[in-house]
Amino acid sequence: MKINDVILKTVVKGVVFIILTLGVYLFFSGHNAPGGGFIGGLVLGSGIVLLYLTYDIETIHRKMPFDFKKVAAFGVLLATGTAIGSLYFEAPFLTQTDGYFTLPILGEKHLSTVTIFEAGVALTVVGTLVTIILSISEDE
Amino acid sequence: MSNIIVLPLIIPIITAVILVFLREHIMLQRVISFLTMVFISIISFVLLEVVQTEGIIKIDFSGWLPPFGILFVADSFSLLLVLTASIVTAICLLYAFSTIGEHHEKMFFYPFVLFLIAGVNGSFLTGDIFNLFVCFEVMLLASYVLVALGGEKVQLRESLKYVVINVVASWMFLVALAYLYGTVKTLNMAHIAERVAEVGQDPMLTTVAILFLVVFSLKAGLLLFFWLPGSYSVPPTAVQALFAALLTKVGIYALFRTFTLMFPLNPEVTHTLIGIMAGVTLIAGCMGALSGRDIYTIATYNVIIGVGFILIGLAVGTEEAISGAIYYLIHDIIAKALLFLIVGMMVYLTGETVVKKMSGLIRNYPLFGWIYFLVMLALTGIPPFSGFVGKVLIGIGAIEGENFILLGIGFASSIIVLYSLLRIFLASFFGETIISLEDEKKIPKGALSSFVLLAIIIVFIGVGAESMSGYIDNATRTLMNPSIYIEAILKGGQ
Repeated sequence: MKINDVILKTVVKGVVFIILTLGVYLFFSGHNAPGGGFIGGLVLGSGIVLLYLTYDIETIHRKMPFDFKKVAAFGVLLATGTAIGSLYFEAPFLTQTDGYFTLPILGEKHLSTVTIFEAGVALTVVGTLVTIILSISEDE
Repeated sequence: MSNIIVLPLIIPIITAVILVFLREHIMLQRVISFLTMVFISIISFVLLEVVQTEGIIKIDFSGWLPPFGILFVADSFSLLLVLTASIVTAICLLYAFSTIGEHHEKMFFYPFVLFLIAGVNGSFLTGDIFNLFVCFEVMLLASYVLVALGGEKVQLRESLKYVVINVVASWMFLVALAYLYGTVKTLNMAHIAERVAEVGQDPMLTTVAILFLVVFSLKAGLLLFFWLPGSYSVPPTAVQALFAALLTKVGIYALFRTFTLMFPLNPEVTHTLIGIMAGVTLIAGCMGALSGRDIYTIATYNVIIGVGFILIGLAVGTEEAISGAIYYLIHDIIAKALLFLIVGMMVYLTGETVVKKMSGLIRNYPLFGWIYFLVMLALTGIPPFSGFVGKVLIGIGAIEGENFILLGIGFASSIIVLYSLLRIFLASFFGETIISLEDEKKIPKGALSSFVLLAIIIVFIGVGAESMSGYIDNATRTLMNPSIYIEAILKGGQ
């Protein structure tokens, strides 16, 4: 029997955008303020889990055909990649660099390599979180 | 240049992650993981040579100078262990190729072995005690997976116990770290050592030291080894061998670092305590090895005896004893790996685990039988094999330190080791064969070559002990004179 979850589905459609936006905001506000890859990743991951809860796994999987184990692996690769990238420049392991760049439209922005590292962390967290929830939900 | 120190940690992690993407290509996974371990062995050997000429080297992550940043430190003691661990892992992988089975290989077996070795190497190399905690966790998380992988009922039961006990131990580790940070306000090991030396090791600091002793004892299987025999006998053979060779040794390494570098000033309390614990561990381990009926029990209790014996070296604390302990630590990593691989192969060949139900294996597999004989002699400490030098040096140290009780217990345990292993040899290898020619399973080539390689290393360490003495002396000197380590870290500059 299928339960009537029209309210849940309607609310989630709106709320998921707010959650994902908050996740991205937290991700970018890290570095100098509370936030960062881990927290941003958790919020993004919980948004995706909410989608899985509301709709069924197959529907979401059609729209987001990722293997989340590989998302996590890619995240680790990104993070460790930036860490050993510094070896190429003969700088100590994990060295980061940053600078101010003037971009079209956006104006002067502070860009740093930490963001790439944090993106790796965020992807790892999203991948791991979703994998955990999906494996728990599997039922034989 | 000094960036190279970080490679034994980071290369296994990156390779492991790449292997996740190659899940279906088993051949490729095998080749890559094996080559990675060979590469790391070469790197650690190169580093060892560099340390001999240039002294201790370090790398401050992202340029944060100590005591503020995290750092990796390479001295002879760490590098000898990294080198041995990497070689043994490579050989265990060789064994795994022919025995582990496709099911494991597709369930990310190789990536987790690489994560395990990354954690082990990281623990050996780090110079920051909180980072030591992190590397411990990397190693433990990988080991949780490896214990449970396969999903048999008995594995789940034992892995649950293993996880719970280690989570409790890690929590205590964190509490100890908090106390330590609260008292000395630093986490850099060299800086801790300096501050402890400045203020003297008062009862408060000794209490913190004892808390660390409890934590590392749980990990090393010193006295608090009740979790060990169960969880070490359930995973597949290659994993058992890795665990027996590496995991307890990381705990032992941590004990050596803690009580030679950071808290060496109150030996009446701490070292006496370690001595008592080592003695009790030896006695209890011997009882276990004597009472065991199946080969897994006997082998796991032999691990515990090994732990007790090595820590006699630390408890006595003279220069001879410490260098003996380092010799014996290296020997024990290799010999225990070989012992577990052989035991696993015996079970594979006969389908039995009880000693008395096996018989006459040497008639079917002569080379296999004699390699068992060799590892038995090595573990007992009979020359010219690898255990001999370590046992003699620890013995000399114990006499110098006038610690005759530990000396007696230590050497009595050697006899028990000989007896327990000889019992397997007489019952299972000699006698009428139970395997008829038609039922005879072949020992896979990969497995046999891993036995032979480990046996060669055992003979090499025994016969060529002289060629290793330079490295060991260097390692001992640093352990006996913490000021060398402290100066290299804090006054070395960039």
